[in-house]
Amino acid sequence: MPTFNLKQLVLRVLPPILGMGVLIAIWGLVSFSSTNNFPSPKETLIQAIQVFSDPFYSNGPNDQGVGWNILSSLKRVAMGFGLAAIVGIPFGFMIGRFEFLSNMFNPLISLLRPVSPLAWLPIGLLVFKGANPAAIWTIFICSIWPMVINTAVGVQRVPQDYMNVARVLNLSEWKIVTKILFPAVLPYMLTGVRLAVGTAWLVIVAAEMLTGGVGIGFWVWDEWNNLNVKNIIIAIFVIGLVGLILEFALIKLATAFTFEEVRT
Amino acid sequence: MNLNLTSKYLEIQGVAQTFKTAKGDFPALRDIDLTVAKGEFVALIGHSGCGKSTLLNLIAGLTTPTQGNLICANREISGPGPERAVVFQNHSLLPWLTCFENVYLGVERVFGNTGRVDGKSKENVTQLKARTDAALDMVGLSHAAQKRPGEISGGMKQRVGIARALAMEPQVLLMDEPFGALDALTRAKLQDELLAIVANTHSTVVMVTHDVDEAVLLSDKIVMMTNGPAATIGEVLQVNLPRPRSRVNLADDPRYLGYRKAVIDFLYTRQAHVEKA
Repeated sequence: MPTFNLKQLVLRVLPPILGMGVLIAIWGLVSFSSTNNFPSPKETLIQAIQVFSDPFYSNGPNDQGVGWNILSSLKRVAMGFGLAAIVGIPFGFMIGRFEFLSNMFNPLISLLRPVSPLAWLPIGLLVFKGANPAAIWTIFICSIWPMVINTAVGVQRVPQDYMNVARVLNLSEWKIVTKILFPAVLPYMLTGVRLAVGTAWLVIVAAEMLTGGVGIGFWVWDEWNNLNVKNIIIAIFVIGLVGLILEFALIKLATAFTFEEVRT
Repeated sequence: MNLNLTSKYLEIQGVAQTFKTAKGDFPALRDIDLTVAKGEFVALIGHSGCGKSTLLNLIAGLTTPTQGNLICANREISGPGPERAVVFQNHSLLPWLTCFENVYLGVERVFGNTGRVDGKSKENVTQLKARTDAALDMVGLSHAAQKRPGEISGGMKQRVGIARALAMEPQVLLMDEPFGALDALTRAKLQDELLAIVANTHSTVVMVTHDVDEAVLLSDKIVMMTNGPAATIGEVLQVNLPRPRSRVNLADDPRYLGYRKAVIDFLYTRQAHVEKA
């Protein structure tokens, strides 16, 4: 039934294209009626093709290709996020497993979690005496909370049935952690990871605007100083696209490790 | 083995269980006295909420009684252990492990340990794997060994749960409504399998059920419980039907029908369940 499939395909593809069309139409309208040289979609596209034709050039620290900027931002996110995972996941496990620790740290987490990660940037600059480690520190702070909290909740929500199995089989603490707790908590943990990466990617742009150097956030600020609005718009799309890819990859990862619940 | 141990293998003396709830203490069980002989098959039957599962959890050692003692093979039950294996109502297989791995987990703990309960030396991996294969073979699931619980039917999952429990060669097999979630045909098939397995292994079994036919068909002794709260044993019925038992032959056996009538009479006349609004 090729006609039926074609109809389905159109219904799947058409709405997103229409949505993009609306965005571009509004953008075109704004740039058309704008008096301060807001770039049109067409101009931006031409500029984008030029920018992406040579993404890995390097003319000194303040003038590098968009590829380098994305990569250095991703590198910072990876480092800050990786450190947060190394600290946050075991910490979350402990908070989830021991009520005393949970009571001890919950008020602290509740107090610190709502603080904008950027507020920690000056502390990072002071302690680490460098823009790059300070940016990584900021990412660390913003990504640690979702991982601690989600891991702890996951541990607390391990079905009692599984723990009863562990008790009846008289499993060792090591077996309980590796065969029951870890696999049962993994989906929660991966949700924490996904939230953390999402926040980290949001924060890195702002942090880099403040710290400078190489990075997509710095690039946006630098182009603002150059009054190159076309590149800023390109950067917005690039940031969105990278965030989308990160999110998609982590959702795929999470589904691969989520098993059916014990109740059928 | 002395006579005392054989006739009073599992002993429950004056057990009471009270749960602390937000609305104050809730007495679930009171004055439970029961002995189970070695190799005996006992069914606990009663309406829902009568504390059957609470009693089973006490025997399993998952909870401790507020009052009284539980003794298994002359030792006080102080916590759960592989010598009292449990088949859970909802099978409780770990969904991230294959059927083989689920069974192996228990086998490894019981037979792969240096300090074994029965004092024998620990077994190597080949022996442990052979035990696991044998257990899965016993419930007819060798072909599904490498499947995960999510890929097999409810009846098969429950069979893996039984294999996991039996593979540990427990002194007492505890079953909490093991076939409750299954359709009638699958349930009958598993009951027949269980009869055959118990006949082979001479296991001591305590099974919670709410199915009268299941209780009469499988047990040597039916323990009928009164309605909760503060439930207790209302009556104990000895089922003196010869083994091996066949459900087809028993269907019109007057003794079978008599036992069946006695249980139904207890459940629906003397302990007619009053639903709370």
